[in-house]
Amino acid sequence: MAVITGVTCPVCGTFCDDIELIIENNVIVEARNACAMGAAKFLNYSAHRTKKPLIRKNGELVEVSMDEAVEKAAKILVDANYPLMYGWSNTSCEAIRTGLELGEEVGAVMDNTSTVCHGPSILSVQDVGIPSATLGQLRHRADLIIYWASNPWSAHPRHAERYTMFSDGRFEGSTWKSYLSRLRGVMSRKKIQRASNLVLKQDFCFTPQVEEGLPSSVHQKRRRTIVIDVRKTRTADAADCFFQVEPGTDYELLQALRVLVNDGELDVDEVAGIPIETLEQLADLLVNCKLGIIFFGLGLTMSKGKHRNIDAAINLTRDLNKRTKFLIMPMRGHYNVTGVNIVFTWQTGYPFAVDLSNGYPRYNPGETSAVDILSRDEADATMVIASDPVAHFPRAASKNIAKHPLIAIDPEVTPTTMLADVIIPPAFVGIEAEGTAYRMDHVPLPLKKVVEPPETCLSDQEILQRILQKVRELRRDMN
Amino acid sequence: MTELIIKNGFVYDPLNRIDGEKMDISIRDGKIVESVKEKANGINASGMVVMPGGVDIHTHIAGGEVNSGRLLRPEDHVKDVEVKTALTRSGVGYSIPSTFTTGYRYSKMGYTTLMNPSMAPLEARHTHEELADIPMVDKAAYPLLGDWWFSLEHIRDGLIEENAAHIAWMLQATRGYAIKIVNPGGLEAWGFGRNVHSLDDVVPHFNITPREIIRGLCKVNRLLNLPHTIHVHTNNLGKPGNYVTAIETMKCVEDLAQGDKPVIHITHIQFCAFKGSDWSTLSSGAGEISKYVNNHNHVTLDMGQVIFSNTTTMTADGPFQYGLYNITGNKWVNHDVETETSGGIVPFKYKRSSAVHATQWSIGLEIALLIEDPWKILMTTDHPNGGPFTSYPKILAWLMSRAAREITLSKINKRARKKSLLPSIDRELSLYELAIVTRAGQAKALGLKPKGHLGVGADADVAIYNIDPQRLDISKEYKVARKAFKKAAFTIKDGEVVVKDGEIVKPVTGKTYWIDVSTSMPHEINDDIKKKFREYWTVEYENYPLPDSFIHSSFPIPVKAEV
Ligand code: SF4
Ligand SMILES: [Zn+2]
Repeated sequence: MAVITGVTCPVCGTFCDDIELIIENNVIVEARNACAMGAAKFLNYSAHRTKKPLIRKNGELVEVSMDEAVEKAAKILVDANYPLMYGWSNTSCEAIRTGLELGEEVGAVMDNTSTVCHGPSILSVQDVGIPSATLGQLRHRADLIIYWASNPWSAHPRHAERYTMFSDGRFEGSTWKSYLSRLRGVMSRKKIQRASNLVLKQDFCFTPQVEEGLPSSVHQKRRRTIVIDVRKTRTADAADCFFQVEPGTDYELLQALRVLVNDGELDVDEVAGIPIETLEQLADLLVNCKLGIIFFGLGLTMSKGKHRNIDAAINLTRDLNKRTKFLIMPMRGHYNVTGVNIVFTWQTGYPFAVDLSNGYPRYNPGETSAVDILSRDEADATMVIASDPVAHFPRAASKNIAKHPLIAIDPEVTPTTMLADVIIPPAFVGIEAEGTAYRMDHVPLPLKKVVEPPETCLSDQEILQRILQKVRELRRDMN
Repeated sequence: MTELIIKNGFVYDPLNRIDGEKMDISIRDGKIVESVKEKANGINASGMVVMPGGVDIHTHIAGGEVNSGRLLRPEDHVKDVEVKTALTRSGVGYSIPSTFTTGYRYSKMGYTTLMNPSMAPLEARHTHEELADIPMVDKAAYPLLGDWWFSLEHIRDGLIEENAAHIAWMLQATRGYAIKIVNPGGLEAWGFGRNVHSLDDVVPHFNITPREIIRGLCKVNRLLNLPHTIHVHTNNLGKPGNYVTAIETMKCVEDLAQGDKPVIHITHIQFCAFKGSDWSTLSSGAGEISKYVNNHNHVTLDMGQVIFSNTTTMTADGPFQYGLYNITGNKWVNHDVETETSGGIVPFKYKRSSAVHATQWSIGLEIALLIEDPWKILMTTDHPNGGPFTSYPKILAWLMSRAAREITLSKINKRARKKSLLPSIDRELSLYELAIVTRAGQAKALGLKPKGHLGVGADADVAIYNIDPQRLDISKEYKVARKAFKKAAFTIKDGEVVVKDGEIVKPVTGKTYWIDVSTSMPHEINDDIKKKFREYWTVEYENYPLPDSFIHSSFPIPVKAEV
């Protein structure tokens, strides 16, 4: 039995690095400190994996040697006029670096999953910038935390414990105790509700805080948490107060707050379903905190308004800096989606949707992004790394992926791999292979190798390196 | 064993007092040697200038802030692209070039060693990943340590030796080269949106002043025997009247000097040489600064010259960048780093027609020309803060030619022109002096022994420029010289020709230098840092230091500390 400490969790953007793994006979038997999501990965990652390279021959996937798979993949890429290489947010920066070199060699379009998640946030940053910080800065100093259209309780389970409301910093402490006492209150209300359901056959309606203005707890001299969302989430339950916005009205709410924090007046009764008096109190809260932070999620990025929403949120943050210190951060999903933007940017100048087909980087999201290229059926071959576009892209785009040769480098069986012509299953990076990845706040951390991969599996980086080598050989032979 | 001989060039090697002598330079296995065999490969450098490879003491080329700058500015890249060739990777250019392009462009100008001056220790891994993707040059990085909580607490408590040992740990953990101090105390204050405004302002919550921080770290630097001095970006940077702060900063370590050895480097001095009480009364503090520096030997400076261009400013000075955002209303990135530092980015356009910008342009050159000893003032733009490094040949032209300065002067804002001290300055730098401000002086200030000269044993990093000093009067024909400095006839890196006629002919990777300090108390330090680790940072102790395997061509310089 071996205990390995300080392991990073290759699952979500929280990218916890304090996981302790117990290893027995090259198998992880226990994952301490990990949340359920993280533990599930460490304990079950290998359950349904592919172990050997496969090639489709006469419609059937058949096992082949690594060399044969690599050669086939290289050939597909060399033969293609306009290949697309997509995915990247679940692999190491080292693999991404090699991937970019390969993409450049074959004149590919390089795109990553941010194209369908925080792409609009990135466009906003390119419009107005972003005042932000590392998560520890917020742990130490933030006395006002806002989760806007993001629900860390389910998507980033240890975010609150490690960096925000339940963490202890130099100047601000955990609000765990006050949460517990509130929880007791909620429990008893839930009991009443259940009883009322049983007895009265109808919902007991307890008045949400927002209708009576803000609860007194938000004026206390301690860290406070606010949740703004279209529905009441578990995170909202844990917060000091919750604002329910009508779906699709985030933009109006953000603009209204901008007016209020700039000492303007609003001549309406409510915005986004929230009474103006309550909003005024909220604006006061924003202006009077010592350091505030907005964590926003896909609920804001992907709802009506998209990058306009993020522009407004960042502009609100900019405005607030005239009065106090205020920061903002996107809640990035995949553990290395931040890293892929970073590596793309240092090598090509652009974070995603980079077209290398002209021999130099070209960037025009909406034109050079994966979904658009596929929808126009322009890519005549696709390579997917650690991602599942067939399941997540619009139907037309997915259909066009399947029309042309498809290479999948992925250990898991997914709708994408099921359609692939070449499948090369790699070692799981962060478990069976090492590397580097970036936390959502741009802090780089090592991915560790804690167990040996199956003999037939190489790391993503090694696979890409071999394909690159093969591509160069094929090119040389052609000339 | 590979040998090379550079024949008949006019050699400018100021560290060895060689001033344009016609001589051969022999190279074997990447080093300068006494002589090589007859049949060694030869480069005919007759009618050309031979200098050591260029060294840049302060250029933001890699890491978190640089890359956020790249991400922020797609509009900066579109017009300036580099196409992939059989030898080189593709990329984008202008004010914040992508990594490969950065290496190639420096190399084409004859540069071989670059110092990345701003590395948040927590994000050192990022800086080194990017440095690994910058080809053609040797490089190193300075960790930001002036607002690190350990520094603030130790120095406040008078624990200089403890702090020295901790900083030794940090240099090793981040693979750093020198102690970088930015707006000391101001960055910690910026954590809550505040700043400090003088050397004696108290840093909120820490009960220490900028003066104490600078003096403390200056003593630490000495205890550690670091090759470079503390590298300081002053308080009040970019504010009218700040030349006083700059002089006070230099003064505050005067008594810590030993003999003629410098103990402080003030970086991008142009940005801290503003006289006047507000922007409308802004004038040059170059006279006062130069006078001080001419009378003191404990300080070196670099210029931070402004180029009229559309560039991207980036510093660890969060409050300064915020101020710039307020002035311009431009896009703004802020990035505070827990327990350590902060950072900001704002695009910025320096215009000839602006009285302020034109005065800044003048100040940089005034200082470079008024300081008599070229070893004290090194040529930089604080890339990309004053302008992109690709403008260096322009600066050289202004330094070598009064005529070149006059042409630009005639095009700038009238008010700035009237106030400028440049018309009163006749000085024109010689090739020998240019070699000092672009390589010899830089290497000397860095304490980087194998660089900046062509003596036996030096690294065979050489730049050859198409200038014939016997025929070309660079003061008159500065345009020819400028062109020559833009495209080196040859750049030789570690004994190999890597650039010919301004084009890459051989891609190479460079070394990463860092200072490996040995102290007598490493174990106690580890325990102390471990104990506080989870309290101070959100990462685990074991994931913080970079393993040597992570560093691309790691090249530690061993140093023995006094503690
Ligand atoms: S919060 Fe995310 S990174 Fe942390 S343990 Fe859970 S899944 Fe892993
Ligand atoms: Zn700088």
